[in-house]
Amino acid sequence: MNNKELWISFYTIVRKDVVRIFRIWVQTFLPSVVTSVLYFLIFGAFLGARIGDINGFPYISFVVPGLVMLAVVTNSYSNTSFSFFTSKFFSRNIDEILVSPTPPWVLLAGYITGGVLRGLVIGVLVLLVSLFFTHLTLIDPALILFFFILTALIFSLAGLVNGIYAKTIDGINIVPTFVLAPLVYLGGVFYSVSALPDFWRTLTYINPVFYLINGFRHGFLGFSDVPVLYSISVLLAITLALVIINLYLLKKGLGLKQ
Amino acid sequence: MKQPALIIKNLRKVYGNGVEALKGVSLEIEEGDFFALLGPNGAGKTTIIGITTGLVNKTGGSVEVFGHNTDSEPEKAKTFIGVVQQEVNFNPFEKCIDIVVNQAGYYGIPRSVAVPRAEKLFEDLGIADKAEQRGIELSGGMKRRLMIARALVHRPKLLILDEPTAGVDVELRRGMWDYLRSVTSRGTTILLTTHYLEEAEQLCNNVAIINRGEIIASGTMKDVLGHLKSETVLVSLTKPVPQSALKALSAHNAKKVARNTIEIEVGKENELNKAILALHAENLQIESIRGKTGRLEEVFVKLISGNG
Repeated sequence: MNNKELWISFYTIVRKDVVRIFRIWVQTFLPSVVTSVLYFLIFGAFLGARIGDINGFPYISFVVPGLVMLAVVTNSYSNTSFSFFTSKFFSRNIDEILVSPTPPWVLLAGYITGGVLRGLVIGVLVLLVSLFFTHLTLIDPALILFFFILTALIFSLAGLVNGIYAKTIDGINIVPTFVLAPLVYLGGVFYSVSALPDFWRTLTYINPVFYLINGFRHGFLGFSDVPVLYSISVLLAITLALVIINLYLLKKGLGLKQ
Repeated sequence: MKQPALIIKNLRKVYGNGVEALKGVSLEIEEGDFFALLGPNGAGKTTIIGITTGLVNKTGGSVEVFGHNTDSEPEKAKTFIGVVQQEVNFNPFEKCIDIVVNQAGYYGIPRSVAVPRAEKLFEDLGIADKAEQRGIELSGGMKRRLMIARALVHRPKLLILDEPTAGVDVELRRGMWDYLRSVTSRGTTILLTTHYLEEAEQLCNNVAIINRGEIIASGTMKDVLGHLKSETVLVSLTKPVPQSALKALSAHNAKKVARNTIEIEVGKENELNKAILALHAENLQIESIRGKTGRLEEVFVKLISGNG
């Protein structure tokens, strides 16, 4: 395939996924928005005043970046894992791409772009909802955008690995419940790592979500529990590793071909 | 000089559970041919198709599509292939037109080209009024035709059909035969697997029969039918079959299969005439004579059962 044909194939995969995401918006967009409203109500209006400021910012301003990340992480992940799994397991229409000359890297790029777009749309929606509860400061918009995209990218890639490997629908649900949720909730969405005892602080440093939330929060508030450059290095390494794993799985056809 | 559309050499496949699905299958299909690959369930037909189209990893051997090896040039080889798989495998919630246009997209064909092509295919296949419906709303026969449209939208040179008429009623099946004949008349090579052996006999020029992962017969349809040393014929009489008729035809393994009908086996050497004369000698009038099954079906059954 020449470059134009590769682009058309990529565009087709993305378009198909975006059409699906918007067609079932009640399942894809609404739940995160509703959940965020509840979080903002609880941590802003009900509990926020009692908890007090963190690093000079009201608690609600501190948790907004974390809650945006929570929505981006869960949606990017579930988009690729669910969309890939259903197309290989239920309708088996993943064959449409596998029998075509579309190379594995275009398939990867297409699915990941779908996940990233869903993560970004959800993130923007949650940010907009947060404006009803607090005023946002944007210290470094470029950094915010960078972490926004990087988060969606990493979890789309991770979701795709799950989608490729999963053999049953349980395989899709187990990881978000027992791995993803603890990583996100223990990654500093609701608290600063400096407030943790040594053991829990050390444990937090091996959680990739911690670096995402901190980098993202730095863009809004101008402070972070770890240097931003360190966060970026860790996350780029994780991204690269996930790209390599996905490409290997797709090329070998593990979980896809008999 | 024409290049073979498909060359399969010593193809082997052992599945993870230890089942040896293919034991060194070799096949060659000429460009423009209408080729039948026949075999009982589990013989290895779908595995051959899966390996050729990139859906199954092979254990050994090689596959070339129009001179392009599926190992060294997988993407190039796939550009030539269109496939209709045995199982319905499209997203049932997508519109039919989107299913076909998206498939074209995976081959790098822009929507501006793919949409009119898809509409023409829908028209030719008699499902033009279903284009805006979702796949889930189609009947079984329409789903099959949608899958044929999807397989043809990128204008493949090799069309692989894995039981394309399974579950399709007789009238529709014959309509699909006519359509497939028109496809092959335009130069497209077709590899067909089917359970309807009459279908293969009607449509195909060449045939291979596979059983337990091995090709047990192959060649032109005429050559393969030549395996048939005798045919089973049903002779209906104008009155109930008397015991004397069965005795007169005992050399033909005669069996009474209905009140007025006898089943006999006749060889190629004028044996049917001899049987008719034997019945006349018993003063029995013949109402009709017909083959019990298609000739290919008889060959198939005999080869598979090891009596060929």
